[in-house]
Amino acid sequence: MTDIAQIDFRPRAISVVLASDEGQRRIQRRYAAERRFRLYGIGAIGLAIAFLVLMLGTVLSNGMTAFWQTHVRLDITFDKELLDPDGKGDRATLEQADYAALIRAALGREFPDVSGRSDRRDLFELVSGGATFELRRMLLDDPSLLGRTVPVWLTSSDEVDMLIKGVFDRTEPEAARKIKDKQIKWVDALAAKGAVERQFHTTFFTAGDSREPEQAGIWGGFVGSVYTLGLTLLLCLPIGVLAAVYLEEFAPKNRWTDLIEVNINNLAAVPSIVFGLLGLAVFLGFFGLPRSAPLVGGMVLALIVLPTIIIAGRAALKAVPPSIREAALGVGASRQQAVWHHVLPLAMPGVMTGSIIGMAHALGETAPLLMIGMVAFVVDIPTGPTSPATVLPVQVFMWADSPERAFVEKTSAAIIVLLVLLGLMNAAAIYLRKKFERRW
Amino acid sequence: MNDSLVAQSAPAEKMDPGGLLTDRTVKMRTRDVHVFYGPKEALKGIDLDIGDREVTALIGPSGCGKSTYLRCLNRMNDYIEGIRVEGRIELDGRDVYDKSLDVVQLRAQIGMVFQKPNPFPKPIYENVAYGPRIHGLAKNRAELDEIVEGSLRKAALWEEVKDRLDQPGTGLSGGQQQRLCIARAIAVNPEVVLMDEPCSALDPIATAKIEELIDELRANYTIVIVTHSMQQAARVSQRTAFFHLGDLVECGETEQIFTTPREQRTQAYITGRFG
Ligand SMILES: Nc1ncnc2c1ncn2[C@@H]1O[C@H](COP(=O)(O)OP(=O)(O)OP(=O)(O)O)[C@@H](O)[C@H]1O
Ligand SMILES: [Mg+2]
Repeated sequence: MTDIAQIDFRPRAISVVLASDEGQRRIQRRYAAERRFRLYGIGAIGLAIAFLVLMLGTVLSNGMTAFWQTHVRLDITFDKELLDPDGKGDRATLEQADYAALIRAALGREFPDVSGRSDRRDLFELVSGGATFELRRMLLDDPSLLGRTVPVWLTSSDEVDMLIKGVFDRTEPEAARKIKDKQIKWVDALAAKGAVERQFHTTFFTAGDSREPEQAGIWGGFVGSVYTLGLTLLLCLPIGVLAAVYLEEFAPKNRWTDLIEVNINNLAAVPSIVFGLLGLAVFLGFFGLPRSAPLVGGMVLALIVLPTIIIAGRAALKAVPPSIREAALGVGASRQQAVWHHVLPLAMPGVMTGSIIGMAHALGETAPLLMIGMVAFVVDIPTGPTSPATVLPVQVFMWADSPERAFVEKTSAAIIVLLVLLGLMNAAAIYLRKKFERRW
Repeated sequence: MNDSLVAQSAPAEKMDPGGLLTDRTVKMRTRDVHVFYGPKEALKGIDLDIGDREVTALIGPSGCGKSTYLRCLNRMNDYIEGIRVEGRIELDGRDVYDKSLDVVQLRAQIGMVFQKPNPFPKPIYENVAYGPRIHGLAKNRAELDEIVEGSLRKAALWEEVKDRLDQPGTGLSGGQQQRLCIARAIAVNPEVVLMDEPCSALDPIATAKIEELIDELRANYTIVIVTHSMQQAARVSQRTAFFHLGDLVECGETEQIFTTPREQRTQAYITGRFG
């Protein structure tokens, strides 16, 4: 062996090097480099935050107004003559009665000097086409209103709403506007009496889609999303976890499993629209499943999320130290027992995080659902996995595509709801991870 | 440099390492055991008997194949990629690789304590109760409690943990964790206990406790222990086997190995001249 003392290698003493001018310059350079690096880092984060603030700011400023809707107060007389001329008084009659006549009458009393067919029609357009349903619901809930006159806040039309919210410009020429000069005059007259007000718009959270912006809501899309995602989770969590456990813990490592692994990684990167086309061809074309149904949507999304869950699950299983497996095998547990009793519980936080991130991804997925017909205009709230439905992001897409000005704020409002849901899911992921995290 | 010289000269003076037993009951018997990790031969034909109810120490320089040999005894090597085990390994005269033998039952008979303490991240009680539970050793909760307490007592840990059986085993100190692992291994009442450097992470006091424990366990269990400490081998074992570069160089009564080794390499190793 070589003797260390014999090695002819004599560097300069470190203290001498450090004290020299060259050493000082090196220190300065290092400080400068560190400062520069920190600036770059802060700059990058600043840029990212700026974009985030810009996006959230735009969405919020555009969308928040949609949660408040202009309402108009009218003194509605629940006229027996108009509603129930034959005096039957039963529910079926009240359900089919002409409530628009009540509104027309109330407006006529409010503005007695308006005459002529077209003026009256313009006047009637101040309130929403859905206001008749609001009156019907009121009366059916409380039949004692029949024959009485009460002030009622009715949803205004989207044009009035846009005017009140300042979206429509009064100074523009009448022809360039969606609302007529005389309508503006009437609205101002009502407003002067305190009969125009912005109220919290519950309809937005309880209704399905509608051609009338003021009657359109996200509940239909939300329920559709819940059915679709529920099905997705039901399908891909067990399949994904079983696949991950098998591949990671039991499968022999050979060329076939390598091939499978490569393909799973590739599947995770396949554009989602391809899965939509696959769903169209297989689930709708071959198996003849219903169009526009959460059932098919859920299956297509499961295909998309599955690779993510498998990859996340395998990573989580791989992160469990082998000593845990050996400990279990060492006391005579079978490999199955070792995995189910010890390895999988330890990997569960990772599996759940992966699943929730996959589900959040699925929640925002739009393109593949367009392919299987979930872009249909669905007014009714879906009642099951096979009834026609749409989902939140597709609702956003459809509203963004609608010509009415009032749908602009609805679009942003739906995006806000979508973002809130995504935030909740990510928060759940963090909570679950923290809750089940164990040290070993 | 020393090593390779010795290794080259070895075949010339090849002699019987003395791994076979004639004068007492044999618990485990290994004949011509070869282990290959891919193309690399880690064990080159080991003939060694493990005596019943005594402590056999395996010593030798790092990388000589002690752990590999130990893990062959309870087939812990089965799941390593690219490994090949040849030769015959017997427990009570029965081939452990026999098709009709259930490897899970084999591991219940041959417990193992690892170099690094590896308690389950579960309560102390569950750590010890797990083995008996999956093998159905206890008929009811009371019996299980008894097994847990008995095992912890045998592992000299009961007094320290009896008030916190519901706390995670991973929260104990290193030495306590290792004793917990020993308690877990003996809770299924195995016949053989394999220990791979059980004290390498422990301080002298914890080491002394575990050595004491091994000495007590000897009455009922067959123990094979891998150790890098010559003193430990001398203190706890009755027989010592010296491995070098995948060969069993010499085996014999511990006293004989440490006082009058027949092999020059053994002499060199135990006196600290290489390794
Ligand atoms: N999983 C493995 N794959 C490939 N080679 C391995 C593997 N495990 C061990 N080996 C090799 O086999 C030889 C014997 O290893 P082993 O772990 O049995 O040594 P050891 O005597 O226990 O050493 P130590 O005292 O350091 O624990 C070494 O050369 C090692 O590199
Ligand atoms: Mg070792």
